Amino acid sequence: MNEIITGITQAFNLIITLNPEVLQIAALSVYISLAATILAACISIPLGGLIHFRKFRGKRTLKMIIQTLYSVPTVVVGLLIYLLLSRSGPLGFFGLLFTPEGMILGQMVLIIPITTGLVISALSGVDRNISDTLLSLGATEFQSIVQIVKEARLAILSAVILAFGRAISEVGVAMMIGGNIAGHTRVLTTAIALQTGMGDFGFSIALGIILLAIALVIVVAMNLITSGLSAEHQQVMGGPRS
Amino acid sequence: MIRITALTRQAGQQKILEDINIEIRRGEIFTLIGPSGSGKTTLLRLIDLLDKPSSGKIFFDGQDTAGRENERLIIRRRMGMVFQKPAVLNVTVAENVAFGLKFRGTNPAEIPQRVTSALELVGLSGFEHRRAVTLSGGEMQRVAIARAMVTNPEVLLLDEPTANLDPVSSEIIEDLLIRINNDLHTTIILATHDMVQGQRLAHRMGVIMNGRLAQVGTLHDIFYQPNGKEVARFVGIDTILKGVVQTNERGLATVALDNASFEVVTSCPPGKTVALYIRPEEVTVSIPESGKGKTSARNQLVGTITKLVALGPFIRVTIDCGTPITALITTRSCGELGLATGMTVIASVKASAIHVRADPA
Repeated sequence: MNEIITGITQAFNLIITLNPEVLQIAALSVYISLAATILAACISIPLGGLIHFRKFRGKRTLKMIIQTLYSVPTVVVGLLIYLLLSRSGPLGFFGLLFTPEGMILGQMVLIIPITTGLVISALSGVDRNISDTLLSLGATEFQSIVQIVKEARLAILSAVILAFGRAISEVGVAMMIGGNIAGHTRVLTTAIALQTGMGDFGFSIALGIILLAIALVIVVAMNLITSGLSAEHQQVMGGPRS
Repeated sequence: MIRITALTRQAGQQKILEDINIEIRRGEIFTLIGPSGSGKTTLLRLIDLLDKPSSGKIFFDGQDTAGRENERLIIRRRMGMVFQKPAVLNVTVAENVAFGLKFRGTNPAEIPQRVTSALELVGLSGFEHRRAVTLSGGEMQRVAIARAMVTNPEVLLLDEPTANLDPVSSEIIEDLLIRINNDLHTTIILATHDMVQGQRLAHRMGVIMNGRLAQVGTLHDIFYQPNGKEVARFVGIDTILKGVVQTNERGLATVALDNASFEVVTSCPPGKTVALYIRPEEVTVSIPESGKGKTSARNQLVGTITKLVALGPFIRVTIDCGTPITALITTRSCGELGLATGMTVIASVKASAIHVRADPA
């Protein structure tokens, strides 16, 4: 019990005094996961669009595989990327193992199924009649796809935010690909795992609080997006009927 | 304007449309009428070039529409379509209306003015900056019409535009369509299952039954001279009787049924088997000894009321005169006559009000 209280006191000290090591670890975490999320979104939005709009054999099966990969264990992705990036692996010559870039790649692989799958559901959520309506209004196929993606923009954005949450909170890829090298690849989750093992609870608790704070920011952002939409409705509904 | 020849559309083994042949004339309001699931929507989608026929041809202004996709797009852009459930996008009303212009690459400086006049046309001036998803069903449907009309289409297609609307909103839309047709001379093709609406709007009608075009003609043709039993039932003719012509003197014939006989106007010769179609509004009901029963109607049949069905301001009375006859009378006169089941009444029909068809079967 004493340990916990000391730990919490120490944690607040570290945060309030803006401990440089804590800040560096938090910043690196956000940088790596944000980069992975943006790159994953750049791949997933067109990819999800392609899967949604094209008719092909095995589409259902492909969607099921993507959904299965939502819950792929992070250590399995870590292992896969490790084998690819290790010096003797097929991508070894890039020298990405134990680098932040390697971690970005690993987290991208981890979250691409989530973003792709959720982009597909976001697009399927758009009223079927809209596609017919757009075509009947004289849209080319491309014009109609652009418009449908725009219509699904909020659902796509929340998919991306959700993916960021998964990236920043995972340990497996960060540990196996990053290697938890202090000042280089050490991120919030790997640092917590290491410091806890070493009995440095204050440091771990501080990082845990920061991780939770980031999660809170994500939840607030998601809520603002979804409730922002309905607030917009209410405002219009309650507004003057000119 | 639009000529359709030997058109069929199949989904798997099921034939949705079979051997459709119609010519839609420039500037007319043509209604496609038929029960739900008869193929009206499918036909409209084919005309708007959203789907391709399984066989047969559609000519738009003399041009075959079976070309490549970019040629079809050019033709599609000369038409506008309004769907049964209006799909509005989650942007402002003005942006919704502007889509057709944007897709066609209209000069952006010109768009606001054209959007404004399209909204004015449908009576939604000032709605530009409202969010379209917050509108009522009737307003949304008018936005959908403005959106289709903003590009000045030559043909406006509408699929059951009032099916989900209340009577007042429906009437606003019906008036609007008449105005569009009158003022802008837009050819209008409208699918509906509502006989009254079809009757109110159409210059000509096509009746679709089970994927086949059962009859094309003017309102009078379809309402009073239906081409077969199915059409007759659909246009509200409940009484269809089979008989044999006994005598025919210069067009005034006697037709014998199993338990009754009628005088009708027909050119069918004696011995011919015919079907008699009697619209329920053409049958008047009177009480035998009241003295009010004296009408000029040639056919006066005594019978017993077997069923009364209230239909709002009207009551449908089924009378067994040896053969069942249905009459439609106002609720008020039903009350005045004191009609009830089991009563003996006289059903009168004018000879000229009976439509006679030589019955092939």
